[in-house]
Amino acid sequence: MRARISIFLLLALGVLAGCAGTNLRGTGDLGVVIERASGSVQILDTTQRTSLAKVEGLGDLSHASVSYSRDARYAYVFGRDGGLTKIDLLTRRIDRRIIQGGNSIGGAISPDGKLVAVANYQPGGVKVFDADTLALIADIPAIGADGARSKVVGLVDAPGQRFVFSLFEAGEIWVADMHDPKRPVLRKFTGVGREPYDGMITSDGRHYAAGLFGEDGVALLDLWNLDAGIRRALVEFGRHGEKLPVYKMPHLEGWAATGNQIVLPAVGKHEVIIADQTSWKEIARVPVAGQAVFAVARPDGRQVWINFAFPDNDTVQILDLPSQRIVQTLKPGKGVLHLEFSPRGEQVWLSLRDENRIEIYDPDSFARIGTLPAQSPSGIFFTVRAHRIGL
Amino acid sequence: MRSLTTVGLMTAMTFGGAIADSPRINPERQNELVHLVRQDCGSCHGMQLRGGLGPALTPETLKDKPVESLVSTILHGRPGTPMPPWSTFLSESEAVWIVDSLQRGFPDAR
Repeated sequence: MRARISIFLLLALGVLAGCAGTNLRGTGDLGVVIERASGSVQILDTTQRTSLAKVEGLGDLSHASVSYSRDARYAYVFGRDGGLTKIDLLTRRIDRRIIQGGNSIGGAISPDGKLVAVANYQPGGVKVFDADTLALIADIPAIGADGARSKVVGLVDAPGQRFVFSLFEAGEIWVADMHDPKRPVLRKFTGVGREPYDGMITSDGRHYAAGLFGEDGVALLDLWNLDAGIRRALVEFGRHGEKLPVYKMPHLEGWAATGNQIVLPAVGKHEVIIADQTSWKEIARVPVAGQAVFAVARPDGRQVWINFAFPDNDTVQILDLPSQRIVQTLKPGKGVLHLEFSPRGEQVWLSLRDENRIEIYDPDSFARIGTLPAQSPSGIFFTVRAHRIGL
Repeated sequence: MRSLTTVGLMTAMTFGGAIADSPRINPERQNELVHLVRQDCGSCHGMQLRGGLGPALTPETLKDKPVESLVSTILHGRPGTPMPPWSTFLSESEAVWIVDSLQRGFPDAR
């Protein structure tokens, strides 16, 4: 009897192994693109330069973003309608999906990969979920020193099992230590400046910077030395000439950190600023085609690709860092919303919302090397993000 | 001759109806405005217009607000907030059409 069961088990294992064998593959060359109008994502393959599958039923994906599980198998999609969807890139299906809030803006995954945090506009705060089951673990209402709930922006993970985020209305930056996940320990920095609209963390995980809409410069926090508090950096940047209207807020996650330099879109100026990442002092200002939205560095840090807000969102410019000059201006098509490099930077993928397609460029020759249909595409997120601090 | 008159009459009726409700914006431009509002206004107000960094633009939130002040907000922005002026891209009658459409429940993209 026992022997018979063992034989069955062996047979069953053999069948399983056979199945797995036919589908065996890694996820390091995969990614997803958000199709914002149809509530779907496509799973992308940068080796074959193709789309592997479309996954539907993700709700309102305007302004959706994605973090990856630490094994780079699962994509956590943060939807505008408060939806949090975990997609399995291998089975190409929704693994789990919850509606966790009313109106959200983005999320992050903890350094140990066990916690997924979501930043909510409505009701303002951060919710923390079990990365495996999406069960709620902690709820952090963003009630600032003003006594009111604020919208939460610029949520990132940070070394030391921490999440860092900003409160838009209250003008605060909070650091949440998640070592005891059910009981986050908060460190609050108040009066950091008016209307922090987004935040980013440097690739080394040391500095958190919140861009300020209501005044000039960025609020900067040294995560290696919280006791030093917030300091204001790059204030001189906004202080010349008249501010131009901003038809789309710049994104700071895309602030390109390239070795010891950082490239930032100016707010209300058709310029990008190159700053020193250690001193946070301005090195140079470069005029560009419009209000920059994303400034994304090639993985080797030699050039930075920049896209723009309406009405210049048909244009992409390439900034060469050694010469601090724009070396190329491309017109890929209408509604360039996002761009993402393959892990080693031999390809860059652009989403063209109003053209309903994705385009793939060779960053060396600036030649178009591929195009894929996509419905109103916005963010493109490759799995290389699974292993980067702050993404 | 007869068919021409019919066409003329139908045109007059179509535009007559439009004038009674909201400003005369040709259907092609209406599509562009729907796209602009959902996609570009949507980057702050949400594609479903239920709010984001900017407030919700649903019929419920806008129903008690005066049309003139909403039109003025669209054309001239709101100083001290991130709301920019759109007068470079929109005429006054287009802004009125947008406000009117928002208050009724904004159409989907076609």
